[in-house]
Amino acid sequence: MHTLDTSDLSKLIACPSCDALYSEVRPGHGRRAVCERCHTVLISPRRNAGLQVIALSTAAVILVIGATIFPFLQINVAGMSNSATVLDAAMAFAGGPLLALSLAVTALIVLLPLIRLLLILYVLTPIVFDRPPARRAKRAFRMAEQLKPWSMAEIFALGCAVSLIKVADLARIEFGPAFWMFLGLVVIIVVQDAFICRWSVWKSLEERRRP
Amino acid sequence: MVGMEVAGRTSAPLTARQAGLVGCQRCARVWPMGTVRCGRCGSRLVSRDRNSLQRVWAWWIAGVICYIPANLYPMLRTRTLFQSQEDTIIAGAIELFTHGAPFVAIIVLIASVAIPLAKFAAIAVLALGVRQGSRIPAGRRHIVYEIVEYIGRWSMIDVFVVAILSSLVQLNVVASINPGPASLAFALSVIFTMLSAQSFDSRMIWDHIEPDQKGPAA
Ligand SMILES: [Zn+2]
Ligand SMILES: [Zn+2]
Repeated sequence: MHTLDTSDLSKLIACPSCDALYSEVRPGHGRRAVCERCHTVLISPRRNAGLQVIALSTAAVILVIGATIFPFLQINVAGMSNSATVLDAAMAFAGGPLLALSLAVTALIVLLPLIRLLLILYVLTPIVFDRPPARRAKRAFRMAEQLKPWSMAEIFALGCAVSLIKVADLARIEFGPAFWMFLGLVVIIVVQDAFICRWSVWKSLEERRRP
Repeated sequence: MVGMEVAGRTSAPLTARQAGLVGCQRCARVWPMGTVRCGRCGSRLVSRDRNSLQRVWAWWIAGVICYIPANLYPMLRTRTLFQSQEDTIIAGAIELFTHGAPFVAIIVLIASVAIPLAKFAAIAVLALGVRQGSRIPAGRRHIVYEIVEYIGRWSMIDVFVVAILSSLVQLNVVASINPGPASLAFALSVIFTMLSAQSFDSRMIWDHIEPDQKGPAA
Protein backbone atom coordinates (compact mmCIF):
# COMPACT_ATOMS: atom_id res chain seq x y z
CA MET A 1 0.00 0.00 0.00
CA HIS A 2 2.79 2.40 0.87
CA THR A 3 4.59 3.03 -2.36
CA LEU A 4 7.15 5.23 -0.69
CA ASP A 5 10.50 4.72 -2.37
CA THR A 6 13.07 4.36 0.39
CA SER A 7 16.05 3.68 -1.86
CA ASP A 8 17.22 7.30 -1.80
CA LEU A 9 16.90 8.72 1.70
CA SER A 10 17.75 12.24 0.57
CA LYS A 11 14.44 12.32 -1.32
CA LEU A 12 12.41 11.67 1.84
CA ILE A 13 11.22 14.01 4.54
CA ALA A 14 10.00 13.09 8.03
CA CYS A 15 7.65 15.45 9.85
CA PRO A 16 9.63 16.74 12.87
CA SER A 17 6.47 16.92 14.98
CA CYS A 18 4.82 13.56 14.30
CA ASP A 19 7.36 11.46 12.33
CA ALA A 20 5.10 10.92 9.30
CA LEU A 21 7.22 10.05 6.28
CA TYR A 22 6.78 11.70 2.89
CA SER A 23 8.67 11.83 -0.32
CA GLU A 24 9.96 15.26 -0.85
CA VAL A 25 8.08 17.49 -3.27
CA ARG A 26 9.01 21.12 -3.54
CA PRO A 27 5.82 23.19 -3.66
CA GLY A 28 5.68 26.22 -5.96
CA HIS A 29 6.79 29.62 -4.69
CA GLY A 30 4.38 31.07 -2.16
CA ARG A 31 2.75 27.68 -1.51
CA ARG A 32 3.35 25.44 1.44
CA ALA A 33 3.77 21.73 1.98
CA VAL A 34 1.98 20.75 5.16
CA CYS A 35 2.02 17.49 7.10
CA GLU A 36 -1.38 16.00 6.43
CA ARG A 37 -1.53 14.43 9.86
CA CYS A 38 -0.45 17.16 12.30
CA HIS A 39 -0.48 20.16 9.91
CA THR A 40 3.07 21.24 10.68
CA VAL A 41 4.46 23.35 7.83
CA LEU A 42 7.25 21.32 6.26
CA ILE A 43 8.33 23.39 3.27
CA SER A 44 7.33 26.98 2.45
CA PRO A 45 9.53 28.46 -0.28
CA ARG A 46 9.06 32.09 -1.32
CA ARG A 47 10.57 33.98 -4.20
CA ASN A 48 13.48 36.15 -3.01
CA ALA A 49 12.80 35.07 0.56
CA GLY A 50 16.53 35.05 1.38
CA LEU A 51 17.02 38.65 0.33
CA GLN A 52 13.89 39.77 2.17
CA VAL A 53 14.95 37.97 5.34
CA ILE A 54 18.38 39.60 5.16
CA ALA A 55 16.81 43.05 4.75
CA LEU A 56 14.36 42.45 7.62
CA SER A 57 17.06 41.05 9.91
CA THR A 58 19.32 44.03 9.26
CA ALA A 59 16.48 46.41 10.06
CA ALA A 60 15.72 44.41 13.21
CA VAL A 61 19.35 44.59 14.39
CA ILE A 62 19.27 48.39 14.04
CA LEU A 63 15.95 48.57 15.89
CA VAL A 64 17.15 46.36 18.77
CA ILE A 65 20.20 48.56 19.26
CA GLY A 66 18.14 51.76 18.97
CA ALA A 67 15.49 50.42 21.33
CA THR A 68 18.19 49.73 23.90
CA ILE A 69 19.64 53.24 23.80
CA PHE A 70 16.52 55.43 23.73
CA PRO A 71 13.93 55.63 26.54
CA PHE A 72 10.75 53.65 25.88
CA LEU A 73 8.42 55.28 28.40
CA GLN A 74 8.38 58.56 30.24
CA ILE A 75 6.39 59.25 33.38
CA ASN A 76 5.14 62.57 34.72
CA VAL A 77 3.72 62.98 38.20
CA ALA A 78 3.27 66.22 40.09
CA GLY A 79 5.93 68.01 38.10
CA MET A 80 8.44 65.19 38.45
CA SER A 81 9.44 63.07 35.55
CA ASN A 82 11.47 59.98 34.87
CA SER A 83 12.19 58.03 31.73
CA ALA A 84 13.34 54.47 31.40
CA THR A 85 15.46 52.68 28.82
CA VAL A 86 15.51 48.93 28.33
CA LEU A 87 18.74 48.71 30.28
CA ASP A 88 17.09 50.58 33.17
CA ALA A 89 14.30 48.02 33.10
CA ALA A 90 16.76 45.15 33.12
CA MET A 91 18.69 46.72 35.97
CA ALA A 92 15.52 47.16 38.02
CA PHE A 93 16.33 43.88 39.72
CA ALA A 94 20.02 44.63 40.22
CA GLY A 95 21.19 44.51 43.79
CA GLY A 96 20.29 41.70 46.15
CA PRO A 97 19.00 38.27 45.26
CA LEU A 98 17.11 39.49 42.22
CA LEU A 99 20.34 40.25 40.31
CA ALA A 100 19.99 36.97 38.44
CA LEU A 101 16.68 38.21 37.15
CA SER A 102 18.38 41.37 35.83
CA LEU A 103 20.76 39.28 33.79
CA ALA A 104 17.95 37.04 32.54
CA VAL A 105 15.81 39.99 31.47
CA THR A 106 18.75 41.61 29.64
CA ALA A 107 19.42 38.35 27.85
CA LEU A 108 15.80 37.70 26.91
CA ILE A 109 14.95 41.14 25.54
CA VAL A 110 18.27 42.35 24.09
CA LEU A 111 21.14 39.86 23.89
CA LEU A 112 19.41 36.72 22.64
CA PRO A 113 17.29 38.49 19.98
CA LEU A 114 20.44 40.28 18.79
CA ILE A 115 22.55 37.11 18.68
CA ARG A 116 19.80 35.25 16.84
CA LEU A 117 19.47 37.98 14.20
CA LEU A 118 23.23 38.13 13.66
CA LEU A 119 23.43 34.34 13.31
CA ILE A 120 20.66 34.38 10.70
CA LEU A 121 22.50 37.10 8.76
CA TYR A 122 25.75 35.17 9.02
CA VAL A 123 24.17 32.02 7.61
CA LEU A 124 21.91 33.49 4.94
CA THR A 125 24.10 36.17 3.38
CA PRO A 126 26.56 33.80 1.66
CA ILE A 127 23.72 31.55 0.48
CA VAL A 128 21.73 34.38 -1.03
CA PHE A 129 24.74 35.79 -2.86
CA ASP A 130 25.70 32.37 -4.21
CA ARG A 131 28.84 32.06 -2.15
CA PRO A 132 29.95 28.88 -0.40
CA PRO A 133 28.37 28.60 3.09
CA ALA A 134 30.05 30.48 5.93
CA ARG A 135 32.37 28.66 8.30
CA ARG A 136 30.37 26.58 10.79
CA ALA A 137 27.16 27.77 9.16
CA LYS A 138 25.25 24.65 10.21
CA ARG A 139 26.12 25.14 13.83
CA ALA A 140 25.20 28.80 13.62
CA PHE A 141 21.78 28.10 12.11
CA ARG A 142 21.12 25.35 14.63
CA MET A 143 21.86 27.82 17.39
CA ALA A 144 19.62 30.46 15.82
CA GLU A 145 16.80 27.91 15.83
CA GLN A 146 17.39 26.95 19.45
CA LEU A 147 17.32 30.60 20.50
CA LYS A 148 13.96 31.21 18.88
CA PRO A 149 11.70 30.60 21.92
CA TRP A 150 14.09 32.53 24.16
CA SER A 151 14.28 35.78 22.24
CA MET A 152 11.43 37.78 23.70
CA ALA A 153 11.77 41.34 22.37
CA GLU A 154 8.20 41.28 21.08
CA ILE A 155 6.84 40.15 24.45
CA PHE A 156 8.60 43.09 26.07
CA ALA A 157 6.79 45.44 23.67
CA LEU A 158 3.45 44.14 24.88
CA GLY A 159 4.73 44.50 28.45
CA CYS A 160 5.16 48.25 27.82
CA ALA A 161 1.52 48.54 26.83
CA VAL A 162 0.35 46.61 29.91
CA SER A 163 2.52 48.77 32.21
CA LEU A 164 0.94 51.82 30.71
CA ILE A 165 -2.53 50.62 31.70
CA LYS A 166 -1.38 49.69 35.19
CA VAL A 167 -0.06 53.11 36.18
CA ALA A 168 -2.53 55.12 34.13
CA ASP A 169 -4.33 56.38 37.23
CA LEU A 170 -1.11 57.01 39.12
CA ALA A 171 0.68 59.12 36.57
CA ARG A 172 0.76 60.48 33.06
CA ILE A 173 2.85 58.38 30.72
CA GLU A 174 4.34 59.17 27.35
CA PHE A 175 5.85 56.81 24.84
CA GLY A 176 9.53 57.33 24.09
CA PRO A 177 11.17 56.60 20.72
CA ALA A 178 12.22 53.13 21.83
CA PHE A 179 8.61 52.10 22.28
CA TRP A 180 7.90 52.67 18.59
CA MET A 181 11.11 50.82 17.72
CA PHE A 182 9.95 47.85 19.75
CA LEU A 183 6.59 47.98 18.01
CA GLY A 184 8.36 47.95 14.63
CA LEU A 185 10.46 45.07 15.88
CA VAL A 186 7.36 43.03 16.69
CA VAL A 187 6.09 43.39 13.12
CA ILE A 188 9.49 42.69 11.55
CA ILE A 189 10.17 39.61 13.66
CA VAL A 190 6.75 38.13 12.85
CA VAL A 191 7.16 38.75 9.10
CA GLN A 192 10.77 37.55 9.05
CA ASP A 193 9.76 34.39 10.83
CA ALA A 194 7.05 33.68 8.29
CA PHE A 195 9.48 34.25 5.38
CA ILE A 196 12.23 31.87 6.51
CA CYS A 197 11.76 28.39 5.10
CA ARG A 198 13.93 26.35 7.42
CA TRP A 199 13.92 23.34 5.16
CA SER A 200 15.20 25.39 2.20
CA VAL A 201 18.04 26.81 4.31
CA TRP A 202 19.15 23.34 5.42
CA LYS A 203 18.84 22.05 1.88
CA SER A 204 21.09 24.75 0.47
CA LEU A 205 23.60 24.29 3.29
CA GLU A 206 23.69 20.61 2.37
CA GLU A 207 23.99 21.14 -1.36
CA ARG A 208 26.62 23.84 -1.28
CA ARG A 209 29.53 22.58 0.68
CA ARG A 210 32.61 24.61 1.45
CA PRO A 211 35.29 23.97 -1.16
CA MET B 1 -1.54 25.13 0.80
CA VAL B 2 -0.69 21.77 -0.67
CA GLY B 3 -0.82 18.61 1.36
CA MET B 4 2.15 16.30 1.22
CA GLU B 5 0.01 13.67 -0.46
CA VAL B 6 2.54 12.44 -2.93
CA ALA B 7 3.27 8.78 -2.63
CA GLY B 8 -0.13 7.46 -3.64
CA ARG B 9 -1.19 6.90 -0.07
CA THR B 10 -4.78 7.03 1.05
CA SER B 11 -4.52 5.90 4.66
CA ALA B 12 -2.60 6.75 7.83
CA PRO B 13 0.92 7.79 6.88
CA LEU B 14 3.87 5.53 7.42
CA THR B 15 6.23 6.90 10.02
CA ALA B 16 9.98 7.09 9.68
CA ARG B 17 10.24 4.75 12.66
CA GLN B 18 8.02 2.11 11.04
CA ALA B 19 10.12 2.32 7.88
CA GLY B 20 13.23 1.57 9.93
CA LEU B 21 14.46 5.13 9.61
CA VAL B 22 15.10 7.99 11.97
CA GLY B 23 13.94 11.51 11.14
CA CYS B 24 15.86 14.62 12.18
CA GLN B 25 13.70 16.88 14.34
CA ARG B 26 15.65 19.96 13.33
CA CYS B 27 15.84 19.68 9.53
CA ALA B 28 13.47 16.78 8.68
CA ARG B 29 16.16 14.76 6.85
CA VAL B 30 15.83 10.98 7.11
CA TRP B 31 18.61 8.52 8.04
CA PRO B 32 18.90 4.76 8.62
CA MET B 33 17.88 3.74 12.15
CA GLY B 34 20.87 3.88 14.47
CA THR B 35 22.53 6.90 12.88
CA VAL B 36 23.81 9.09 15.72
CA ARG B 37 24.11 12.51 14.12
CA CYS B 38 22.27 14.14 11.25
CA GLY B 39 24.65 14.54 8.30
CA ARG B 40 22.80 17.60 7.08
CA CYS B 41 22.41 19.80 10.18
CA GLY B 42 24.54 18.02 12.79
CA SER B 43 21.74 17.51 15.33
CA ARG B 44 21.70 14.43 17.54
CA LEU B 45 19.22 11.87 16.22
CA VAL B 46 16.80 9.86 18.35
CA SER B 47 13.90 7.91 16.93
CA ARG B 48 11.95 8.37 20.17
CA ASP B 49 13.52 10.10 23.11
CA ARG B 50 13.08 7.54 25.91
CA ASN B 51 14.24 9.94 28.63
CA SER B 52 11.92 12.60 27.31
CA LEU B 53 9.14 11.99 29.84
CA GLN B 54 11.54 11.98 32.79
CA ARG B 55 12.83 15.39 31.78
CA VAL B 56 9.29 16.66 31.17
CA TRP B 57 8.26 15.67 34.71
CA ALA B 58 11.44 16.99 36.33
CA TRP B 59 10.98 20.46 34.81
CA TRP B 60 7.24 20.27 35.43
CA ILE B 61 7.75 19.66 39.16
CA ALA B 62 10.32 22.48 39.34
CA GLY B 63 7.83 24.78 37.60
CA VAL B 64 4.99 23.91 39.98
CA ILE B 65 7.21 24.33 43.04
CA CYS B 66 8.29 27.81 41.92
CA TYR B 67 4.71 28.77 41.14
CA ILE B 68 3.74 28.46 44.82
CA PRO B 69 6.03 31.22 46.22
CA ALA B 70 5.19 33.24 43.11
CA ASN B 71 1.67 33.51 44.49
CA LEU B 72 2.49 33.77 48.20
CA TYR B 73 5.03 36.59 48.05
CA PRO B 74 4.52 40.11 46.73
CA MET B 75 5.21 40.77 43.07
CA LEU B 76 5.45 44.56 43.53
CA ARG B 77 6.10 46.92 46.42
CA THR B 78 4.37 50.22 45.73
CA ARG B 79 5.11 53.31 47.81
CA THR B 80 3.35 56.65 47.35
CA LEU B 81 3.25 59.77 49.50
CA PHE B 82 0.42 58.47 51.63
CA GLN B 83 0.83 54.76 51.78
CA SER B 84 2.95 51.82 50.89
CA GLN B 85 1.71 48.37 50.00
CA GLU B 86 2.86 45.00 48.81
CA ASP B 87 0.77 43.15 46.29
CA THR B 88 0.70 39.49 45.48
CA ILE B 89 -0.69 38.56 42.06
CA ILE B 90 -4.13 37.71 43.39
CA ALA B 91 -4.29 40.60 45.87
CA GLY B 92 -3.42 42.95 43.02
CA ALA B 93 -6.26 41.58 40.92
CA ILE B 94 -8.74 41.88 43.80
CA GLU B 95 -7.72 45.48 44.28
CA LEU B 96 -8.28 46.21 40.60
CA PHE B 97 -11.78 44.78 41.06
CA THR B 98 -12.58 47.02 44.01
CA HIS B 99 -11.12 50.05 42.24
CA GLY B 100 -13.63 49.63 39.47
CA ALA B 101 -11.43 48.02 36.83
CA PRO B 102 -12.96 44.53 36.70
CA PHE B 103 -11.99 44.08 33.06
CA VAL B 104 -8.29 44.62 33.72
CA ALA B 105 -8.57 42.43 36.82
CA ILE B 106 -9.95 39.57 34.74
CA ILE B 107 -7.13 39.93 32.19
CA VAL B 108 -4.55 39.82 35.01
CA LEU B 109 -6.19 36.73 36.49
CA ILE B 110 -6.29 34.96 33.13
CA ALA B 111 -2.69 35.83 32.23
CA SER B 112 -1.04 35.20 35.60
CA VAL B 113 -3.22 32.51 37.16
CA ALA B 114 -5.42 30.68 34.67
CA ILE B 115 -2.85 30.30 31.88
CA PRO B 116 0.01 29.03 34.10
CA LEU B 117 -2.33 26.51 35.76
CA ALA B 118 -3.72 25.44 32.38
CA LYS B 119 -0.17 24.91 31.12
CA PHE B 120 0.67 22.63 34.05
CA ALA B 121 -2.51 20.66 33.46
CA ALA B 122 -1.98 20.40 29.69
CA ILE B 123 1.60 19.15 29.98
CA ALA B 124 0.51 16.59 32.58
CA VAL B 125 -2.30 15.35 30.32
CA LEU B 126 0.12 15.03 27.37
CA ALA B 127 2.76 13.18 29.37
CA LEU B 128 0.24 10.84 31.00
CA GLY B 129 -1.39 10.21 27.61
CA VAL B 130 1.87 8.89 26.21
CA ARG B 131 2.46 6.53 29.11
CA GLN B 132 -1.08 5.26 29.63
CA GLY B 133 -2.86 5.96 26.36
CA SER B 134 -5.52 8.59 26.11
CA ARG B 135 -9.13 8.84 25.02
CA ILE B 136 -8.41 12.26 23.55
CA PRO B 137 -7.64 11.88 19.82
CA ALA B 138 -3.97 12.35 18.88
CA GLY B 139 -4.79 15.26 16.56
CA ARG B 140 -6.40 17.16 19.39
CA ARG B 141 -3.55 16.41 21.80
CA HIS B 142 -1.11 17.68 19.20
CA ILE B 143 -3.01 20.97 19.00
CA VAL B 144 -2.83 21.23 22.81
CA TYR B 145 0.92 20.66 22.59
CA GLU B 146 1.33 23.41 19.99
CA ILE B 147 -0.73 25.87 22.04
CA VAL B 148 1.36 25.16 25.16
CA GLU B 149 4.57 25.61 23.16
CA TYR B 150 3.30 28.87 21.69
CA ILE B 151 1.79 30.43 24.81
CA GLY B 152 4.55 29.42 27.26
CA ARG B 153 6.93 32.26 26.53
CA TRP B 154 4.21 34.93 26.65
CA SER B 155 3.84 34.38 30.41
CA MET B 156 7.14 36.24 30.83
CA ILE B 157 5.13 39.41 30.23
CA ASP B 158 4.33 39.59 33.97
CA VAL B 159 8.03 39.68 34.82
CA PHE B 160 8.69 42.33 32.16
CA VAL B 161 5.88 44.49 33.51
CA VAL B 162 7.46 44.33 36.98
CA ALA B 163 10.81 45.31 35.46
CA ILE B 164 9.29 48.18 33.49
CA LEU B 165 7.29 49.58 36.41
CA SER B 166 10.23 49.28 38.81
CA SER B 167 12.56 51.17 36.50
CA LEU B 168 10.02 53.76 35.45
CA VAL B 169 8.30 54.65 38.70
CA GLN B 170 11.24 55.96 40.72
CA LEU B 171 10.16 59.44 41.75
CA ASN B 172 11.81 59.99 45.10
CA VAL B 173 9.16 60.69 47.72
CA VAL B 174 6.21 60.95 45.36
CA ALA B 175 6.00 57.37 44.22
CA SER B 176 8.21 54.36 43.78
CA ILE B 177 7.66 50.78 42.72
CA ASN B 178 10.12 48.00 43.48
CA PRO B 179 10.14 44.33 42.54
CA GLY B 180 9.16 41.73 45.14
CA PRO B 181 10.58 38.23 45.54
CA ALA B 182 7.61 36.69 43.69
CA SER B 183 8.95 38.13 40.43
CA LEU B 184 11.98 35.82 40.56
CA ALA B 185 9.85 32.80 41.50
CA PHE B 186 7.40 33.58 38.71
CA ALA B 187 10.18 33.97 36.11
CA LEU B 188 11.69 30.64 37.15
CA SER B 189 8.30 28.97 37.00
CA VAL B 190 7.75 30.23 33.43
CA ILE B 191 11.24 29.16 32.33
CA PHE B 192 10.92 25.68 33.89
CA THR B 193 7.51 25.20 32.30
CA MET B 194 8.95 26.17 28.90
CA LEU B 195 11.77 23.65 29.38
CA SER B 196 9.22 21.02 30.38
CA ALA B 197 7.21 21.56 27.19
CA GLN B 198 10.38 21.61 25.07
CA SER B 199 11.50 18.29 26.54
CA PHE B 200 8.33 16.60 25.35
CA ASP B 201 8.85 14.51 22.20
CA SER B 202 5.60 15.24 20.34
CA ARG B 203 6.11 12.25 18.02
CA MET B 204 5.11 10.01 20.94
CA ILE B 205 1.59 11.44 20.83
CA TRP B 206 1.06 9.60 17.55
CA ASP B 207 2.83 6.35 18.32
CA HIS B 208 0.02 4.21 19.70
CA ILE B 209 -2.58 5.01 17.13
CA GLU B 210 -1.29 3.76 13.79
CA PRO B 211 -1.77 0.00 13.95
CA ASP B 212 -5.47 -0.31 14.80
CA GLN B 213 -6.94 3.00 13.78
CA LYS B 214 -6.59 3.04 10.03
CA GLY B 215 -6.61 -0.33 8.38
CA PRO B 216 -3.61 -2.45 7.55
CA ALA B 217 -0.40 -0.49 7.39
CA ALA B 218 2.25 -1.52 4.91
ZN1 LIG C 1 3.32 15.78 11.15
ZN1 LIG D 1 19.09 17.34 10.62
